[in-house]
Amino acid sequence: MSKFAKKKDGDLPAVSTASLPDIVFMLLFFFMTVTTMKDSSLFVENILPNADQTKKLEKKDRVIYIYAGKPTQEYSKIFGEEPKIQLNDKFANVPEVGPYILSERAKKPQELQNVLTTALKVDRNANMGIVMDIKQELRKVNALKVNYTTYEGNAFANLQ
Amino acid sequence: MSRRKGAPEVNAGSMADIAFLLLIFFLVTTTIETDAGLDRMLPPIEPPDTDVIIKQKNIFTVNINRSGQLLVEEQLMDIRDLRAAAIAFLDNGGSPTGTPDYCNYCKGKRDERSSDSPQKAIISLRNDRETQYSTYITVQNELVAAYNELRNREARRLFGRDFTEMESEYLNPETPSSVRDELKEKVQRIQEIFPQKLSEAETSKI
Repeated sequence: MSKFAKKKDGDLPAVSTASLPDIVFMLLFFFMTVTTMKDSSLFVENILPNADQTKKLEKKDRVIYIYAGKPTQEYSKIFGEEPKIQLNDKFANVPEVGPYILSERAKKPQELQNVLTTALKVDRNANMGIVMDIKQELRKVNALKVNYTTYEGNAFANLQ
Repeated sequence: MSRRKGAPEVNAGSMADIAFLLLIFFLVTTTIETDAGLDRMLPPIEPPDTDVIIKQKNIFTVNINRSGQLLVEEQLMDIRDLRAAAIAFLDNGGSPTGTPDYCNYCKGKRDERSSDSPQKAIISLRNDRETQYSTYITVQNELVAAYNELRNREARRLFGRDFTEMESEYLNPETPSSVRDELKEKVQRIQEIFPQKLSEAETSKI
């Protein structure tokens, strides 16, 4: 009998979890360095169209973002179904685009003020009217470099 | 007496939990942003002082109507044929041999009724206010693709590699500056060979 009882001593030793915090911290630092904080929450629907001839937007400090699209469900009761422009954290009308660009430009360092790009993040179901209006406003404040931000993908998928 | 042995060890067992909590917090609140898109220059609002006269045959008109149909050079066209049509127009090189506009690298049909040379060729894009944004982007994408395809062809002939690849390496801030200077020259050379002349007139109200 004692021969069987002896086996109990041979149990697997517990795996040491002492290095687990180190591993998790490593992951944490990885994510902290490669990601950026969301700076504004979206009030508009923002499914971008696809394109395959894109250029990457390098240097985030040189980019000003403008969002446009239909207000999301919770806001559509107040603002209606028509596409709206979102600047930073609020809805805006077309004439506010120019002053917004100027104020954003003033915040940037002097040497970057001439090389800024305006990224237009427009929902794929928006119509061109609102885009034309934004473009006209941008021309008025001489912010001529624009980037139509898109998803990477087959452009013909937009047509469906 | 046992106190003298020193401070008791702090239990670090919950450290992993705390770190996981932080990790999950960062995972939720951050995004890995990979923004890419089509770069465009808008025309300045002040019209140029001198009027430039452009021959009708050097303009390639693309009209998009409110239901997303294309009218290219006064003819209805499927969006899938647009790229080939734009390439044929840009690469035409209609000027006869000996004239200053003669294009010695063009491989087009050399049709007299189409564009003289890539330097003269202009694509004019018009759209309706009701046009859907995604259709507009598709058209823009196809026109940029036409330019890129021609530029790639010339870059492969002259430098043995694709233009788009050279350009993205040139624009990448991580590329060493010595390589960038060398690329800059090549990129500009190709951009001169096939300059991107895409004009967007004010929306038609008709």
